[in-house]
Amino acid sequence: MTAGRRTTRALLLALPWLALGLLAGAAEIRPTRDYLSPELRRAQDDPSRHPGWLWVEEGEALWQDGERSCQSCHGGIGAMAGVAARYPAVAVDGALLNLEGRIERCRTQQQGQPAFGYESEPLLALTAAIALRSRGMLVDVDTEGPAAPFMGEGRRFYETRQGQLNLACGQCHDDKAGQHLRGDVISNGLGTGYPAYRLDWNTLGSLHRRLRACSLGVRAEQLPLGSAEYLALELFLASRAKGQPIEAPGLRR
Amino acid sequence: MRGTHAGLALVALLAAAPVASRVAPFVVQEDAIVAPLDSLTGDPTRGEAVVRNRETANCLICHTIPGTTEQFMGDIGPPLAGAGSRLVPGQIRLRLVDPTLVNPDAIMPPYHRTEGLLRVDARYRGQPVLTAQEVEDVVAYLSGLKE
Repeated sequence: MTAGRRTTRALLLALPWLALGLLAGAAEIRPTRDYLSPELRRAQDDPSRHPGWLWVEEGEALWQDGERSCQSCHGGIGAMAGVAARYPAVAVDGALLNLEGRIERCRTQQQGQPAFGYESEPLLALTAAIALRSRGMLVDVDTEGPAAPFMGEGRRFYETRQGQLNLACGQCHDDKAGQHLRGDVISNGLGTGYPAYRLDWNTLGSLHRRLRACSLGVRAEQLPLGSAEYLALELFLASRAKGQPIEAPGLRR
Repeated sequence: MRGTHAGLALVALLAAAPVASRVAPFVVQEDAIVAPLDSLTGDPTRGEAVVRNRETANCLICHTIPGTTEQFMGDIGPPLAGAGSRLVPGQIRLRLVDPTLVNPDAIMPPYHRTEGLLRVDARYRGQPVLTAQEVEDVVAYLSGLKE
């Protein structure tokens, strides 16, 4: 068999898969890091060039802070490996909790302390420090059983056109990923990098803060941080990110 | 007392009237709105300014325009160069007013519509992105982009 024939044969064998790939094209999900500029990607991987590490260090200190510290129950923060890859998750009482919600529950119910508050510096710091322990691990969120109704809500929110600009999330993040809005590359809209340090915020922020910016971008109502809608959407985004690596703390434009 | 109430109701009606009429009436024929909105005349120079304005229509977030030094234009929609050769003014007008009238799956937002939109932020509720005059200005500008 000549090289040319071998190539033809290989192409013929590959054709059905290529066709399948084209059909599934809209659903192809890539990690957000693939959409970053090379400089940003390098900085995300380099603690010495990533301002998010200030929050990580703060969070590691908070982990050991106080008499009933996180550490007093959980041991070293290394025990948190893999946790961020499994959240949001449904708690025993049926509530859907993201990592921030889980930390706040621990704080109020186990540690007897007042909640930090969404988007507060200590909550962002602890979330970043805990999420870092899952960096590189693949998202493996549970979407069945008690999580199923939340998944349905999140999917509906994602697929529904909204705002004065009448856009659904997927119209950009499924169908146009890799293309440009002005100078920005559209990603698949995964939450795997959050909390993330955003250059346009000049600080570390939560996924829900980012979602509020998305809402405003399509001129829709901005929902409260931690709202049921954003939590369900966070779960749906995590389901789309299954098998993708956790990048938190991310670095974004 | 009765008169005061009636007077108040009239005031309320008058106040509400401009809001309700912010979207001009139009008739769709095939895939076009042939008649200019509110019988207004568009101005291409003003239209170009509308197209380049980042605060309102922000067309260049998705489209490129020819002959400018504009940086960072998007590539979501087709280039606007030659739009006037591909579409007649009535077709451009319809696509600006509400592209879902010609393609239900259109990603391009409706620029002159207020009905049937979900969860619109209070700052924008009841208002179209562009006024009838602005739509006509953009129609005039785009119709002049011939290849």
